[in-house]
Amino acid sequence: MKKLLLALSTLAVAAMAPGPDEIMEDPALEQRAMALYDQLRCVVCQSQSIGSSDAPLAVDMRSVVRERLLAGSSDGEVLGYMQERYGDYVLMRPPLQANTLLLWGMPLIFVLAGGLLAFRYIRSQAVEDEILSDADLKKAEALMKEDGLE
Amino acid sequence: MNRVIAFIPLIAFAAMAVYFWMGLRQDPSEIPSQLIDEAVPAFDLPAIEGFDQGLSHEDIQGEVVLLNFFGSWCPPCLIEHPMLMQIARSGEVPIYAIDWKDEPGAGAAWLERHGNPFVRIGDDQSGRTAIDFGVTGAPETFLIDRNGRVRYRHVGVITEEVWEDTLRPMVEALQRS
Repeated sequence: MKKLLLALSTLAVAAMAPGPDEIMEDPALEQRAMALYDQLRCVVCQSQSIGSSDAPLAVDMRSVVRERLLAGSSDGEVLGYMQERYGDYVLMRPPLQANTLLLWGMPLIFVLAGGLLAFRYIRSQAVEDEILSDADLKKAEALMKEDGLE
Repeated sequence: MNRVIAFIPLIAFAAMAVYFWMGLRQDPSEIPSQLIDEAVPAFDLPAIEGFDQGLSHEDIQGEVVLLNFFGSWCPPCLIEHPMLMQIARSGEVPIYAIDWKDEPGAGAAWLERHGNPFVRIGDDQSGRTAIDFGVTGAPETFLIDRNGRVRYRHVGVITEEVWEDTLRPMVEALQRS
């Protein structure tokens, strides 16, 4: 079973876009490169990362990533290098900044708004369940007595 | 109060519908250029086969120019080509070009066959200069002012309309200023 999984996983790796000639000698750098490939958008295919695209531009962008890593750039610097040229769009994960505040804040806003609605609803239910006023209670008792239910 | 709450989904839907509708009208392939009003990235490219002169960023300083990214492998470039020839013949603005990721000799053969509207051509076989310009596809054309600043980028084919309605007025305004 383990062998099968291993075979399947190598198959999956083989099916991914970066070619065998693209593998970096240093395994640590290779791992960082692979992670970066997944964080950068292929600007011609758009919904794919450069790690999963075969487009010539994606191939070039991957080689730029490797070059930068070999030149000693940090991961952030590599992403910044691409961002300088292609804008925020090249990042698969939109950065948290003024014009994306709403995007990132939306889940929190929804949770808070939903929570508020739920809270109010629960409270309103509770109020309706509250004990009858003394007058109403007396009335109810009188009615029950009338019908001989007591 | 409950009545107001009942309308919230409708209002939310209407707001989303407006945004999505606006989104539908945008062309997702047109990623805004990072170079607008910025200096042209530095580059120094060799000549393509059969040509004497390559192209560097210094060659396009001092006048208003168009810089076109093309490739012999790019069908839309062929569609655009007659328009570039026409602009070159009119002498209104010099067109420089970067031959993007072409096989050696292919760009020259293509220009031989279809005519050469370009003043000078740089050979970007590695595609690095294209990445420095943030190019996403060919053809792509940059309008560069006298001071070597990018003023406009057009993605895709320059049609007669694009030239007459967009590029030409900008070229003329920049040449006057």
